[in-house]
Amino acid sequence: MAGKPKLYYVNGRGKMESIRWLLAAAGVEFEEEFIETKEDLEKLRSDGVLLFQQVPMVEIDGMKMVQTRAILSYIAAKHNLYGKDLNERTLIDMYVEGTMDLMGLMGLPLMLQTPEGKAKQIALIVERATTRYFPVYEKILKDHGQNFLVGNQFSWADVHLLEAILMTEELKSDVLSKFTLLQAFKTRISNIPTIKKFLQPGSQRKPPPDDEFVAKIKKIFNI
Amino acid sequence: MSGKPRLTYFNGRGRMESIRWLMAAAGVEFEEVFLETREQYLKLIKDGHLLFGQVPLVEMDGMKLVQTKAILNYIARKYNLLGKDLKEKAQIDMYVEGTIDLMTMILMFPFSPPDQKEAQLASIVEKAKTRYLPVYEKALKQHGQNFLVGNCLSWADIQLLEAILTLEEKKKDILAQFPQLQDFKARTSNIPNIKKFLQPGSPRKPPPDDAYVATVLKILGPL
Repeated sequence: MAGKPKLYYVNGRGKMESIRWLLAAAGVEFEEEFIETKEDLEKLRSDGVLLFQQVPMVEIDGMKMVQTRAILSYIAAKHNLYGKDLNERTLIDMYVEGTMDLMGLMGLPLMLQTPEGKAKQIALIVERATTRYFPVYEKILKDHGQNFLVGNQFSWADVHLLEAILMTEELKSDVLSKFTLLQAFKTRISNIPTIKKFLQPGSQRKPPPDDEFVAKIKKIFNI
Repeated sequence: MSGKPRLTYFNGRGRMESIRWLMAAAGVEFEEVFLETREQYLKLIKDGHLLFGQVPLVEMDGMKLVQTKAILNYIARKYNLLGKDLKEKAQIDMYVEGTIDLMTMILMFPFSPPDQKEAQLASIVEKAKTRYLPVYEKALKQHGQNFLVGNCLSWADIQLLEAILTLEEKKKDILAQFPQLQDFKARTSNIPNIKKFLQPGSPRKPPPDDAYVATVLKILGPL
């Protein structure tokens, strides 16, 4: 077991997608085992491999890690994507929590909506993105004029922000229209070789959730 | 300017309470500014103190820290409560994310509609007894040490004690089937800094009441 990390989740984005992004950005190859049925999830639970009976779970470096944030933190630290000191690390933590909050609005809160509810939720997401979150990152880039969010160096914060931007654009394609620095940021980060590769067809990046996926997760997770 | 960290939040537990716990356990004295009116809150936003327009806000070491998990990580890191290496930190992170999930349910409980409160409370107690507490009971039983990780006080222990005491406020005998946790509670409560925090007159806040809920809703608007 040379140990490629192994990801246990459903075959879709959900809470595992940020982990796929970060591993890909770090150039780490990984395997995936997909939960297709309720029975698959029950088996993982009864095998005792899910600390709190939940996924995501990632087998990495001899650990069965759970809790999205714990996993992301570990990968970031291991692969030098967490800044060079405590202060930089803290900025990265703050920025990532912001993009997590934004992307959180696009997960279950969006997927479980009725069609009318969906339109309302999308409006809320766009409003939050354009008034609470994107202006913050635009200003950060403007204030220091550097290519990356923190410490003039590629970090977890940059990967996470790109993921958030692309997800939001799927809901409203011109959502970056007032944010010229974020547009440049998006292009720049998308062109980093590991990320460019992840953005190509055939990578392990997952598509946006469709009705079939939503039906499947409702069944598996009893929602 | 005393140089003590300054916490800005409502005069109650909410998301700031875990921060108060961690500071107290680390022996850090702090000041508090309480939000009492919507105008006060809007002024904080207008003056640019809140990165994402939200509290908690902790001003310390020349930074305006926001996002609860970022703040907690900073304090834990600064005061050596994150284990001795990356793997211990990973373990601490997993434990802490579990207790935070549980505590978030409790935090949101006062804001749930009256006709859902009984069901919510039952759900919290059930999750605590079947998903969370058994994990910590087992961890302590397996290694037989006084602390959750690395035979040393960490953020995980402090967060767990906070969770236990908060749960006991809702259901006095919740630890009935968890003898290891009962010992853990007694032992950890006696650590001098924590013992001090548990005494009357400390910055520890009482459980949320109707007045607290009304204040939060008045200041933030509907949640």
